[in-house]
Amino acid sequence: MKKIFLLHLLFFFSFSKLYALIEVDITRGNLDPLPIAVSPLHVDVKSEKSQDLKIKDLGDNISEIIERNFRSTGLFNPLKKEAFVQKPDIAHLKPRFEDWRLIKAQALVTGKLLILNGKLKVEFRLWDLAAAQEMTALAFTTSPSNWRRVAHIISDKIYERLTGEEGYFDTRIIYVAESGPKNQRVKKLAIMDQDGFNTKYLTLGNELVLTPRFNPTSQMVTYMSYFRNMPRVYLLDIETGTQEIVGNFPGMTFAPRFSPDGKKIIMSFAKDGNSDIYTMDLDSRLVERITDHSSIDTSPSFSPDGKFIAFNSDRSGLQQIYVMRSDGSNVKRITFGKGIYGTPVWSPRGDLIAFTKMHKGKFYIGVMRIDGTGERLLTENYYQEAPSWSPNGRVLVFYRETKAGDKGAGFSAKLWSIDITGYNERRLSTKTDASDPSWSSLLSK
Amino acid sequence: MNLGEKMTLNTNLKNIFLVVFTTLILSACSTAKKSGEIEGDVYTGKETVEFLAAGVPDRVFFATNKSSLTTASRATLRKQATFLRKNKNLNVVIEGHADERGTREYNLALGERRANAARDYLMTYGISGKRISVISYGKEKPVNPKSSPVAWSQNRRSVTVKVN
Repeated sequence: MKKIFLLHLLFFFSFSKLYALIEVDITRGNLDPLPIAVSPLHVDVKSEKSQDLKIKDLGDNISEIIERNFRSTGLFNPLKKEAFVQKPDIAHLKPRFEDWRLIKAQALVTGKLLILNGKLKVEFRLWDLAAAQEMTALAFTTSPSNWRRVAHIISDKIYERLTGEEGYFDTRIIYVAESGPKNQRVKKLAIMDQDGFNTKYLTLGNELVLTPRFNPTSQMVTYMSYFRNMPRVYLLDIETGTQEIVGNFPGMTFAPRFSPDGKKIIMSFAKDGNSDIYTMDLDSRLVERITDHSSIDTSPSFSPDGKFIAFNSDRSGLQQIYVMRSDGSNVKRITFGKGIYGTPVWSPRGDLIAFTKMHKGKFYIGVMRIDGTGERLLTENYYQEAPSWSPNGRVLVFYRETKAGDKGAGFSAKLWSIDITGYNERRLSTKTDASDPSWSSLLSK
Repeated sequence: MNLGEKMTLNTNLKNIFLVVFTTLILSACSTAKKSGEIEGDVYTGKETVEFLAAGVPDRVFFATNKSSLTTASRATLRKQATFLRKNKNLNVVIEGHADERGTREYNLALGERRANAARDYLMTYGISGKRISVISYGKEKPVNPKSSPVAWSQNRRSVTVKVN
């Protein structure tokens, strides 16, 4: 995989060995978000001019991205800048802690940036205001055009320091962009930063495309396309734009997903009215049949250790979720609740399976333990499905469709996210209608 | 209470039941009419139906989550088989579709299963499998975009389309 850019991470202060006094508990729904002040980054006056960037505003823009990221988690409450009491450069050297405490901030982010010799240098510090000490400090050097990513990486570092969990801001979401009337929908592959910026379209909309999914180890994508009216699973390199059909199946292949090591694609192949699950090794091209049953077996998803596969099957009559070993042995049904269950997706942490449930005309997104116990329904709606995990396993993104009236009036499809606590449900901003989201791994990992 | 009184009471109860029962039947009829022509979850109306030739409907309808053919569907497919026997050089593709009330991937499989149910039936009436290809669109191509039981029943379909 080509690296998009080289990121230099320099630790220029050692981490404080003292225990931090502030900590964000994200294991429960956070009803009391942490008040945090994100000071605009100070722009060094020695900075060069840049043609594409307004250097003067860069410090404000970066801090705004960080604030938006924090607010989107529901765990933090970024404070209004009007109340800030110190200039960015002075605060960055050493904040007057008592002044910041006065505006009820518990944590403070400061930073400065400099553009020199065509490089953007950014440093930031995270301060624990109650303990009056620095918690984290980092500096980066990168190309100025990467300034949005710098903001996301800073957000990730602060999130990690305050929650003890990996962040998920320096990530992208691939999805299907939708337009046009409901019965003549035009669908294109689209990719954007997790905050809705930098949208790019990867297909033109000439053919129907569905269910793109990221490779967890690279910027490869697998998806389904009706190119030349042959519904097949494709592999796409989003950096080079090259793509190919996966395998040589004499019929429809669909529901693709990568194995956790990124080396295999698992998918369904439909023939003579029967859909079974197959894998194909991307190096050896070896195709393996995993299920052999007269029912519909589809929506397969590997466990993060690669040892198990969750999938849905109607072998008991209606769609239910099953788990088996990755060689197809030891198939066990895990859903026995009221309703129909589909689209199991294994959490990157391995402890939970996200799913879609249909019951009495309603659709639910939920999570359960991998043996099917501990079912928790997170959200109920007219129609929603296709959960995809944030790389840290804390948030699910999915799509939701509205009810349509005559001639499809009032129909829309949008992306939404929700914490696995069931709190903080929010709509993701997309330029068009959208469905089938898939969350990437951390780009800078 | 003597026997005579008891008898009268029973008769009265019976009459009440009869009235209630009739009202129920009448209201059931009126709802069925209102929601269009659906029998046991399968669309039986004429709307959206096109024809391969005079008297040969191009599509059959299915119940929710089902791919079994109804008596009416089998009659339609027999007409299609007769038509295809008469037109030996004609090939067809059967499109399988699902309604919007299911997950996308499962619906792709379901559409494929429905198209194959129609194909298998045509084959039992002597049409060579080589002449019939199938494609599933899942829920991607609704014929009626409305979110209503009638629209859903019209969208749960397999459509036989001429390819040459």
